Amino acid sequence: MDNIINFGYLIAITFFVMGIKKLGRVKTAKQGNTLAAWGMFFAVVLTVVNMDIVTWDQVIGFAFVGAAIGIYASRTVAMTGMPQLVALFNGFGGLASALVAVSYFFQNFSNPASAIVDLGGSGSMIVVFITILIGAVTLTGSYIAFAKLDGRMNGSPIVFKGQHFLNAVIFVLILGFIIMTSSGSYPVDSTNLYIFIGLTLILGIAITIPIGGADMPVVIALLNSYSGMAASAAGFILLMDGNIGGTILIVSGALVGASGLILTNIMCVAMNRSLFSVMLGGFGQEGGTASAGGEQIQYKPVGSEESAMIFEAAEKVVIVPGYGMAVAQAQHNVRELMEELEKKGVNVQFAIHPVAGRMPGHMNVLLAEANVPYEKLIEMDDINPQFPETDVVLVIGANDVVNPGAQTDPNSPIAGMPVLEVWKSKTVIVNKRGRGVGYAGIENELFGKDNTLMLFGDGKQMIIELTNELKEL
Amino acid sequence: MINLFLHPRAPYPDEISETASHVHEVAASTGDTMLLNPMMLGFYLLVLGSFIGFELITKVPPTLHTPLMSGSNAISGISIVGALLAMVLPPGSDLAKWLALSAVMLATINVVGGFMVTDRMLQMFNRKGK
Repeated sequence: MDNIINFGYLIAITFFVMGIKKLGRVKTAKQGNTLAAWGMFFAVVLTVVNMDIVTWDQVIGFAFVGAAIGIYASRTVAMTGMPQLVALFNGFGGLASALVAVSYFFQNFSNPASAIVDLGGSGSMIVVFITILIGAVTLTGSYIAFAKLDGRMNGSPIVFKGQHFLNAVIFVLILGFIIMTSSGSYPVDSTNLYIFIGLTLILGIAITIPIGGADMPVVIALLNSYSGMAASAAGFILLMDGNIGGTILIVSGALVGASGLILTNIMCVAMNRSLFSVMLGGFGQEGGTASAGGEQIQYKPVGSEESAMIFEAAEKVVIVPGYGMAVAQAQHNVRELMEELEKKGVNVQFAIHPVAGRMPGHMNVLLAEANVPYEKLIEMDDINPQFPETDVVLVIGANDVVNPGAQTDPNSPIAGMPVLEVWKSKTVIVNKRGRGVGYAGIENELFGKDNTLMLFGDGKQMIIELTNELKEL
Repeated sequence: MINLFLHPRAPYPDEISETASHVHEVAASTGDTMLLNPMMLGFYLLVLGSFIGFELITKVPPTLHTPLMSGSNAISGISIVGALLAMVLPPGSDLAKWLALSAVMLATINVVGGFMVTDRMLQMFNRKGK
């Protein structure tokens, strides 16, 4: 029987690997997701078949509630709310792994022999605490990310004096606790466990609050990686407990952990920042004052009617969406504008910066929801050489990703960040809600360039007006 | 030969001494049998699994970054297996049981919600291909 179960888990892992592989190509992505889901179903069925549980009704009841919540959330979430949902799901995954660890702790603790029974030396205690650490950090870190993305919390970085020192102290305490308890030099009772859990929960909050809104794509990808690592760590507990089920947790968790790290790296490269500097946080705090000394930028406002005329005369138009489009929920109106322009024989493309929005691929999801064909979404490296031959660029709610200062001003906080070179086109029309600075808190000299016109107003409203004006022409 | 799993579950404390001697017996009696430490096996799986993960994800188009993230997030809900297995442990503590049950629920949210929302997203991606 055991061999059959082992083999079954191996098949489930194969499904995950093939599923993730297929998820990496547009044509096979949907199939890949389904494959991975079947792998999961298979793994759960195998586990259940092999168990003799007395309390079936409770297990089914709790799983049913979980499934209902999952179905409801996935059906009702708006595409603009996707970053929040991903953050929330990450948190649940991390918490689940941590709870498994705590449950194992109490299971063994309740026995008079106290310490965790293991075949592998004091390692068992270490993996229990490491699982709690990663799981708890994933939980509170994801919750802070969720709160910031959902507007329940101010999105700007929270920094204070001695912050890094405080974080270091918390981390050292946690590390010391793990080392002392697992070496047996410190008694582990439930009080100590609660203190440990408290410290790890605080650590998750502490490392996420200094990270600003514009850095969210990095954080979301990193937390995704953490949730995988937490599952891996929980797998170690099972394995050391002599349970073969641990293998599938370790491998699957490693797959997710690694893929999350790759995404994190892609996001960091797209901002020309190291992961370390993102984690230290506080980005944009000093930036605002640094460039405020420069000369006042003169805007050239433009109305929707005049904009429409400029668009009508164009042959090639590139639209640059940013987080502002998501906030204004203007993606459907943008698609209508695209269709209206195409009716008039204008070639329309979208320029997508890797970190536009609040999670990796945020703009792609929104435009896909609005039925914009993905062939029209052009990556930064491919669209940049095309700007000189572009007649009009429409920037909707994007700021830092089109800031020429990244290339020209070595003192800019975003210096060296690869940006979309929209200013090389003949005309740039920038739609912005107000005259404020971007999320990095810096002035954007693009707005003052000779060929830049400012279309102030709510993204959705202005796009609708623009489309209507175009229809009348 | 790797003789790994001597017990399908954790031995109870009163079994420990028996277990330990059993381990030694097996190792001694078979002579050439190698006993791989479970933690070592875990590291093998972790390292090789990570390499597969790195290889799989490199060169994914940005369009798929979000679905990939939410799909792999659903896979990290594999801790549901751990939560279920935690339920089989010898009844000792009510608290442990409720914790495991909560983990079952949370992991189910993660798994079901994650796969479904990914499917919903990818549905939109496929739609205009036709």
